[in-house]
Amino acid sequence: MAKTYDLNDDSVVVVVGSGAGGGTLSNELAQKGIDVVCLEAGPRLSLDDIVNDGGEMFAKLTWLDKRVDTGDLVPGLPLWVCKTVGGTTVHWAGASLRFQEHEWRARSTYGDIPGANLLDWPIEGHEMERFYSTAEDKIGVTGTHGIPRLPANNNFKVMALGAKRLGYTQYHTGNMGINSEPRDGRPACQQIGFCMMGCAIGAKWSTLYTEIPKAETTGHFELRPDSMVLKINHDKSGKVTGVVYADKDGNSHEQKARIVAIAGNSVETPRLLLNSESSMFPDGLANSSGQAGKNFMRHTTGAVYGIMPGSVHLDRGTQMAGIILDEAGHDPNRGFAAGYLLQTLPGFGLAGVVANMSPGAWGREYARDIEQYRNVACMWIVGEDMPQEKNGVTLHGSEKDQYGLPIPVGNVEDHANDAAMRNHAYKTGRAVYEAGGATKVYERLPFASTHNLGTCRMAANPRDGVVDASGRAHDVANLYISDGSQFTTGATENPTLTIVALAIRQAGIIGDRMAKGEV
Amino acid sequence: MSKLGISRRDFLQTSGLVTAGVVASSLVGTIVEPRVAWSMATSVLDASQARKLLVMARHLFPHDSLGDQYYAVVVEALDAQAAADKDVGKTLLDGIAKLDGARGIDFLALSDGSQLEVIEALEGTDFFGTVHGATVNNLYGNPLVYRNFGFEGSSVEFGGYLERGFDDAGWLPDV
Repeated sequence: MAKTYDLNDDSVVVVVGSGAGGGTLSNELAQKGIDVVCLEAGPRLSLDDIVNDGGEMFAKLTWLDKRVDTGDLVPGLPLWVCKTVGGTTVHWAGASLRFQEHEWRARSTYGDIPGANLLDWPIEGHEMERFYSTAEDKIGVTGTHGIPRLPANNNFKVMALGAKRLGYTQYHTGNMGINSEPRDGRPACQQIGFCMMGCAIGAKWSTLYTEIPKAETTGHFELRPDSMVLKINHDKSGKVTGVVYADKDGNSHEQKARIVAIAGNSVETPRLLLNSESSMFPDGLANSSGQAGKNFMRHTTGAVYGIMPGSVHLDRGTQMAGIILDEAGHDPNRGFAAGYLLQTLPGFGLAGVVANMSPGAWGREYARDIEQYRNVACMWIVGEDMPQEKNGVTLHGSEKDQYGLPIPVGNVEDHANDAAMRNHAYKTGRAVYEAGGATKVYERLPFASTHNLGTCRMAANPRDGVVDASGRAHDVANLYISDGSQFTTGATENPTLTIVALAIRQAGIIGDRMAKGEV
Repeated sequence: MSKLGISRRDFLQTSGLVTAGVVASSLVGTIVEPRVAWSMATSVLDASQARKLLVMARHLFPHDSLGDQYYAVVVEALDAQAAADKDVGKTLLDGIAKLDGARGIDFLALSDGSQLEVIEALEGTDFFGTVHGATVNNLYGNPLVYRNFGFEGSSVEFGGYLERGFDDAGWLPDV
């Protein structure tokens, strides 16, 4: 049933990227009978390609094209995102949480924070409820739609014990995009571990084996893997007309389009706009605001490791196995705006614990701690970080990639609010493990960034952001942004559910506009 | 915030991504330990240089329960990296010269405590980082070692841990 479209067919919607945003948007449009060509930079894998080997899967999945990082990003690997069909939904841990109501109004709620480029979203929180519900049903989120939560593994039980002893009340095994019972043709979780290396049985939702094949059965969808989009073309009226992409062999093609939607994650999406500069758009396509590539957010993160009095085997079972929500709200009495979550994290194997628990550490004492691997527990901090204009993506002045395009330069520096939140979260994480009897606790700085947001943000006023409340470019009537780049602010929650909900909403808006002949 | 995050190189190494490099055609160093039946063969490093790196790797991550053969795997991996990349080879040979030169006494002849001081003084150098990264990857990435310390590796072929102890922490009180 999979269809193919001619390069000169200018009736199609071209979607760039096949992850949470692009994969979902593609399927939602195809289900409405709209013809879609999805261009994905990475190859198409199957479940047979997914193995329980961290190194092998890192090499298969990760976006390793050269990037330069500055500021507080992890040197060498600023982002841990994917170049594969399904995008980062192959890698994601599955946490599927709705924004809190106040997070849609960050500027109004948090006030004027110096150095922070805060805005309210141009969307009302209540408007998102039905799209969240549809997204939860699509993904099969545990704890919603009557779907049972996953059972607790040891790593979560340790966290829950500490949470209980500290008097916290909101902790459970999460709202996860992992089947707790067979659903939608996919099996229940078998507590394999290795979620972030791809779920080998497909119990975790990924567009790779849900949205993409479903779109193909409609007869209105063509996926082109190994297709790296280089540039977006436009006509004299300023409407986009198609995209230039390189195929597997490096040959360039132009796919004509009626509409283009970009969902390449928060570095590649603004990079594509900036690389599509023209005499009409000298600062980059759709960038009259100057906000394309700015306000790069990655969540305030960090990790805490506890060496417990008994065995934990933290690599057994669901990797993000549970959550503490008590610190998620906005309570300025803590000394910072916004809130954070604590979620379990695995060790990523013995070598992962050694490398990550205390990066660069060595010696007799550390070796003794490593020998306690069985007893190590780990949690991740994830909280709302402040958008800042100095944090963003720019094009390198001289260095080019394999396609001859300037490589991206990413910069993220902590805001004082981020640092204060992380400090508070470290103390909380330490207290949780110590309340559970930990003999030693390690605090770890952020890993390579996985939640990349805000570089083409949504704003009511065209001066403040790249896209409007539908994700459509303020400057270009038939260009959409469909990934986390459009986030006005990052909120506290892991972003995938919101990206999916926004894509569902956007597909409806695009379908309506096409039906009315507006685009 | 300082840059204490792992470098891409460290990450790749700890992810098991550093492949063995090319197989060299001629072997230079050979260490044979007949008492415990293991041997190490290197192509760039001679036997003395290989032994120095082995001793250094053990100082970095000393586990009394592990025999030298597990640290020898680290040295073989470093030797393979050196064979594949001349810059790595130079880094290693220059670093080994510093181990020897620090006290004007052959590194292997130094006392344990002096060896440790010499290594500490090299922390932050490329040489130290190269040996440290290779040790993390090749010592702890070795299935014989990680199983010894409790990481169980691939589980999908055994049906995961649903029936095999994902929630078996009996020392925990009920929450």
